[in-house]
Amino acid sequence: MAEKILTRNFHLPGSHTLALYRETGGYAGLEKALAMKPAEITEAVKRSNLRGLGGAGFPTGVKWGFLPKGHPGPIYLVINADEGEPGTFKDRYLLEKDPHALLEGMIISAYAIGAHVAFVYIRGEYVQPWRIFSRAVAEAYEAGLLGKNIGSSGFDLDVIVHRGAGAYICGEETGLISSLEGKKGWPKLKPPFPAIRGAFGAPTIVNNVETICHVPHIVRRGAEWFASLGTKTQGGTRLYSVSGHVERPGVYELPVSVTLRELVYEHAGGVPHGKRLKAVVPGGSSAALLTADEIDVTLDVDGLRNAGTMAGSAGVIVMDETVSIPEALMVVARFYAHESCGQCTPCRESTGWIYKMTRRIIEGRGRKEDLDTILDVARRGAGTTICAFFDGAVGPYISYIEKFRHEFEALISK
Amino acid sequence: MVKLTIDGKEVEVREGTNIIEAARRLGIEVPHYCYHPGLSIAGQCRLCMVELGNNPRPQIGCNTQVAEGMVVRTDTPKVLETRQSIMEFHLINHPLDCPVCDQAGECWLQIYYMKHGLYEPRMVDEKVHKPKAVPLGSHVILDAERCILCSRCVRFCDEITGTGELGIFDRGDHSEIGLFPGRELANPYSANVIDICPVGALTDRDFRFAVRVWYLDTAKSICPGCSRGCNIEVHVNVRRPHHNQGRRVARLKPRFNAEVNRWWICDAGRYGGKFVDDASRLGAPARGRGEAAIEVGWEEMIPLIASQLRRYRPDEIGVLASPNMANEDLFLLRRLVDHLRLIHVDFRVPPRTPGDEDRILIKADKNANTRGAELIGLGPRPGGLDAHGMLRAARERRIKCLWVFHHDLLASAWPEAEVGEALRAVECFIYQGSNSNGVSTAAHYVLPSAAWVERDGTFTNFEGRVQRFWKAVDPLGLSLADWEILGRIGEAFGLGAPPARAEDCFKALAASAAPFAGLSYRELKDTGKVVAA
Repeated sequence: MAEKILTRNFHLPGSHTLALYRETGGYAGLEKALAMKPAEITEAVKRSNLRGLGGAGFPTGVKWGFLPKGHPGPIYLVINADEGEPGTFKDRYLLEKDPHALLEGMIISAYAIGAHVAFVYIRGEYVQPWRIFSRAVAEAYEAGLLGKNIGSSGFDLDVIVHRGAGAYICGEETGLISSLEGKKGWPKLKPPFPAIRGAFGAPTIVNNVETICHVPHIVRRGAEWFASLGTKTQGGTRLYSVSGHVERPGVYELPVSVTLRELVYEHAGGVPHGKRLKAVVPGGSSAALLTADEIDVTLDVDGLRNAGTMAGSAGVIVMDETVSIPEALMVVARFYAHESCGQCTPCRESTGWIYKMTRRIIEGRGRKEDLDTILDVARRGAGTTICAFFDGAVGPYISYIEKFRHEFEALISK
Repeated sequence: MVKLTIDGKEVEVREGTNIIEAARRLGIEVPHYCYHPGLSIAGQCRLCMVELGNNPRPQIGCNTQVAEGMVVRTDTPKVLETRQSIMEFHLINHPLDCPVCDQAGECWLQIYYMKHGLYEPRMVDEKVHKPKAVPLGSHVILDAERCILCSRCVRFCDEITGTGELGIFDRGDHSEIGLFPGRELANPYSANVIDICPVGALTDRDFRFAVRVWYLDTAKSICPGCSRGCNIEVHVNVRRPHHNQGRRVARLKPRFNAEVNRWWICDAGRYGGKFVDDASRLGAPARGRGEAAIEVGWEEMIPLIASQLRRYRPDEIGVLASPNMANEDLFLLRRLVDHLRLIHVDFRVPPRTPGDEDRILIKADKNANTRGAELIGLGPRPGGLDAHGMLRAARERRIKCLWVFHHDLLASAWPEAEVGEALRAVECFIYQGSNSNGVSTAAHYVLPSAAWVERDGTFTNFEGRVQRFWKAVDPLGLSLADWEILGRIGEAFGLGAPPARAEDCFKALAASAAPFAGLSYRELKDTGKVVAA
């Protein structure tokens, strides 16, 4: 069994308390970090090959490096805890089971990038995680781990917890910033990127909960140790949210070099009731689906990209032979039609249109040309919008139809 | 300056220019909906895609600033295909009822579809239904189904007026433009959202369904509503006289002038042209008061006026010019006043309630040409009385002949009783103006003026900018431009043949009044020139 890093305390009662976090070595990374130069931390994060674990998989240290040097005004750190990608529930566990790990990571990261205010944008539906995390913030303030002159280092940091209001698009980093600013959660045009002009017009780094939870360990145990846990291009472990037709659904912390087959069969116990595996979505609903014979792939960012899908948020959705792929696509299409923010025309109009077509097919009113129309509309719309939402929707639109076209055709010919 | 290549042609533009504007410089149109040069960049409609260098993914032109050596293509198969796709997306939920849509003929969905349409409708499902014919305010009505959610109207209310009445509500293809709760689109510039709406979503409650836009004729003009002198277009309906309830002026639209009003006009100005087709218009010269009035021809009227002016001593005559008269009119009046050696001359009449003013366009002085009247010199001559003094002198029977241009003195700040007494006391009251009003009925002689849209001319705005306006329709009835009337009266006094054109008056003005020296109609072009200080 590989070493647990982020989930090492999950089984301990009181894992969410400062006392237990400290007992198990918590905030040791912070002490070490505050004695380092901020640039050394950014360097270490770069060398660790830590990649964003919210979905895009962008190298974290490189992102931090985009901040303007010697910026005179405020810089903000924003934690994306708007975990909304269907099939993903890992950040919820981190917020509930080990909130101080996130706080320690935030203080170190804020110190590294020169931020003195950090926002945590928590998904509105996450009431319990919000309560637990807010309590941890209060504990940290009381213990002098937040506020002025943290640990007598001279470094100040305030943490502001902000709850979302239920829109998937607010998990997109610039949609999140708009929402945080009190505006409608519409993604922003890029350029400028948030590192140049983000929240309230200030340079801003937006990182996922899990990403930041890794930072104290990188500081404490070294970038090389972290890098060695993963593949050549991605270091560390990550949390896989496994749901659907498996014996043991749940969150699994594994090195990113694990294969999808190992995850499904060895860790999650395989498909129950002797059913056959039909397909797996490896990285949240926006990832293209893999068929049962395509699961011998490693679950790192590049491994899955090479397999024509993506690691995304590592939300692994397992479907057995009883699943109707057309129905699954209709559910996914309904989700994207419902959640499209409506800002860009191609996404606003085609998500609704594609949902109507898939529904019609399920209802037995499909037309021969519908499948090609869906594929064509998806391809034409891809890459034409402000954010990656529609490109995410295109993953399922195309892969479900291309890989299981016979199932769709069977419904249409009826 | 930055040099770049667009479709193989080199162009040099200012740093910070975007691709749409740089291409426009070369005469290359990059189609777009949400981009508007007067508003922030939204990047939502996704229609202005262009190819940049070797980037395989087309980028939006509105949010791409030019860079030295940049190579842009707006005409590749990839770009053309993207445009077709985006047009298809814009149209799948758009009603296909152009024949009954008031925007037809000036709709950018129609215009771009003709060029960039897919022409293979694939949408067979039920379109999304949204509210129709929703009044947003006293001028603007919304059809949410026709809206393409470009957000121009929202940005206008956020960025130009700062009033923020509008927002986009709901999500996805159910997104809808609407008013925030408890709000109404009631800012003084509300109707500009109609102009910038590229489709039939926002239409003008005053104009919609009155006349088809392809029957309209247009002329460049200047709004006479205040001293700003906003550049406008006058849209007239003469080809279908049975439409638009017989009104010839169908609508006024803003005309871009970077120095004056940019793309906008206020609502007061936009709807201020109604007087032109109003029942109160004076259509023929008339003599005699009230019931006894008889219409006469100009050939009879001109000598009558001349003989009245001859009957009195110069100090028994008062002339009250109007700051709404054009420079050409004021110049000929000044010439006549000088010739007759009149001293009681003025043009200022204080309004009963002071005009409203803001930091955008609206000026408190609700006259189009106050500055022109000042520069041409229509104030009291040495020893002469100002307007108020003239009225007092009329009551005291020291002024016996009063010639009032356009003013409704009963609507002025002066007590009605004083004005009434003065007008009853004078032996000869000449009223010259386009419309009847509180005082015109008391006149012994009525000289009907053509309205500003019925003639050529120039106004000088508050900052001394001389701007041309063009004739859009023929003068109503027998009415004549003020300069023509004054030219004919001048002829009766031996001042030579009346000028044939407004331009001749302006030439003479430029030759004799220092501030106007060197100016000519040609020199003024479409956007005017500021007179020397």
